[in-house]
Amino acid sequence: MSSDPIIRIRDLTVAFGSTTVFEHLDLDLPRGEIIGVIGPSGCGKSVLLRTITGLKAPESGSIEVFGQRLETLPAEERTAVERRWGIMFQDGALFSNLTVRENVMVPMKEHTKLSAALMRDLADMKIRLSGLGASAGDKFPSDLSGGMRKRAALARALALDPELLFLDEPTAGLDPITAAAFDELVRSLQRALGLTVFLVTHDVDTLHATCDRIVVLGEKHVLAMGTIAELRRVDHPWIQEYFSGPRGRAAAPMTEEEA
Amino acid sequence: MLHPVDPGFALESSDEETILRLSGDWTVATLHTVEPAFSALDLPPAAQIDVSGLGRLDTAGAFVIDRAVRAIGTFPPLLRGEHATAAGLIAQVHAVADPAEKSSPRALNLIDLLESLGRNTVAFVQEVVATLAFLGETLVTLVRLLLTPWKMRWTSIVSVMEEAGLNAIPIIAFLSFFVGMVVAFIGATTLRDFDLEVFTVELIGFSMLREFGVVLTGIVLAGRTNSSFTAQIGTMRMRQEIDAMQTLGLKPMEVLVAPRVLAMLVMTPILAFVATLSGIAGGIIVGWTSLDINPGLFIERLRNAVPLDQFWVGMSKAPVFGLVVALIACRQGLLTGGSVQSLGHRTTTSVVQAIFAIIVLDALFAIFYMQMGI
Repeated sequence: MSSDPIIRIRDLTVAFGSTTVFEHLDLDLPRGEIIGVIGPSGCGKSVLLRTITGLKAPESGSIEVFGQRLETLPAEERTAVERRWGIMFQDGALFSNLTVRENVMVPMKEHTKLSAALMRDLADMKIRLSGLGASAGDKFPSDLSGGMRKRAALARALALDPELLFLDEPTAGLDPITAAAFDELVRSLQRALGLTVFLVTHDVDTLHATCDRIVVLGEKHVLAMGTIAELRRVDHPWIQEYFSGPRGRAAAPMTEEEA
Repeated sequence: MLHPVDPGFALESSDEETILRLSGDWTVATLHTVEPAFSALDLPPAAQIDVSGLGRLDTAGAFVIDRAVRAIGTFPPLLRGEHATAAGLIAQVHAVADPAEKSSPRALNLIDLLESLGRNTVAFVQEVVATLAFLGETLVTLVRLLLTPWKMRWTSIVSVMEEAGLNAIPIIAFLSFFVGMVVAFIGATTLRDFDLEVFTVELIGFSMLREFGVVLTGIVLAGRTNSSFTAQIGTMRMRQEIDAMQTLGLKPMEVLVAPRVLAMLVMTPILAFVATLSGIAGGIIVGWTSLDINPGLFIERLRNAVPLDQFWVGMSKAPVFGLVVALIACRQGLLTGGSVQSLGHRTTTSVVQAIFAIIVLDALFAIFYMQMGI
């Protein structure tokens, strides 16, 4: 079971009108790892996330998540699959008319039969698990800073203890120290909860700090997939530029530099 | 994995030790079956927890277990048996769980009601004062712009005139036409009892020229234009466009408020004129079809019986209503905060205030013109 890929994509074609984003894209993502998805701006990283989670219908091809094809499932089973993943959108996408605690409680209310008091307590626990202070629960998203909003969004994504976590640019717009703390948080949560994390990012530091494996998107398909050390050896101009350019070099830890 | 085993627990006490045996899956999806009973459990201080029979465990399950253990004050919990993740998860959750008790919401009483009444009254007064202050600020901006017309944003004025003025003509004409018909029907049925059907012409003339044409226009504008102005400006506020404007040296009063106010000042009289005409047209149709007053006679009688003053009374109110609509809409838009909820709240407030203001102002006008003897 654990050797099966958690996401299996075959021959995927996605287009917006006459603009093709992906053509014949194949991808297998292993279970229990943090997988970074990188690629030039506009290559469709977020589109891939939206396609996997069913927010954008593909033109053709198949996507299996947890070994099941979502679009062929009846509504109830589909919901059951959707419960097993959590998504954190780029800007948090918190419901602005609810407090942070209520935001975290939304998926619990919808999908579990827990008592209201326990839901509150659990929500508070998730909020602190995401690294926010206890007082954040009563605040509205508009009262939070960008970094806090991302943490709150992470708390909501974790509300149902998903097996698979999608993070869309979790550290974009954060200061380096907050971003590093966020990376650390994702890493420790992944270890403690045994999550698989699908992490869309631009941040080279995040890749080095968290990811077990990296998928490079570009030219409408997967350019390469592997660990950072493997990718450094891939002979492709964009990948070379990405890891060997000034930002890529600065982010590389010394040990890998030698290797 | 999709078919979880119901969680369960059993407490075994012997002379030396107490063992709490956990079984099944303790996850967020299954917890509800066991949580109430488990919370009510009274664990003795040195209880051990046997996790060897435990199935899947997630943070929710770990939280409930940790809470029970925390209540007896033994941490780390005395775990027995092997489980892949239990010890780690419980420790992780323990580190972030907060035992602090929550304050329960207070029940409302009479004093709270009075307090809220007082707050609302003060808020109402403050709102009126703030609206008047905004009126003053707008007038100052307008005067300054009129003295320096090359600074005026003509493009946006014309654009607002089209969007809020020209495009509103069909709906206003339609509504007014039907109101004219309704007034004519009611007048005709009532006046028929006295054989005075022909006075329907006066009824239509006075009511349409003096009141309905302009008030209907005002109310349609309050619903249609107010909400759109508030939403436009409010969205700009939410996306920090207005902050950006200010840092670039543009004044929101000049760029956003003045064009809208000016456009409405020009367009509202035109809309009111259209409304008045189509209201009278509605009256003529009813007079022709069910009262046998032919259109020529209707217009002839209208001309003789209804003084031109009535028309000017109606038209004099139009720019005032236009100004009020634009002012309230812009003010509420600029007050929008950062959230979607705030935008919705401001849009509603904007429409309500505008309709309220139009009806109150209309009443004041009526008193004023009555005292003037018109």
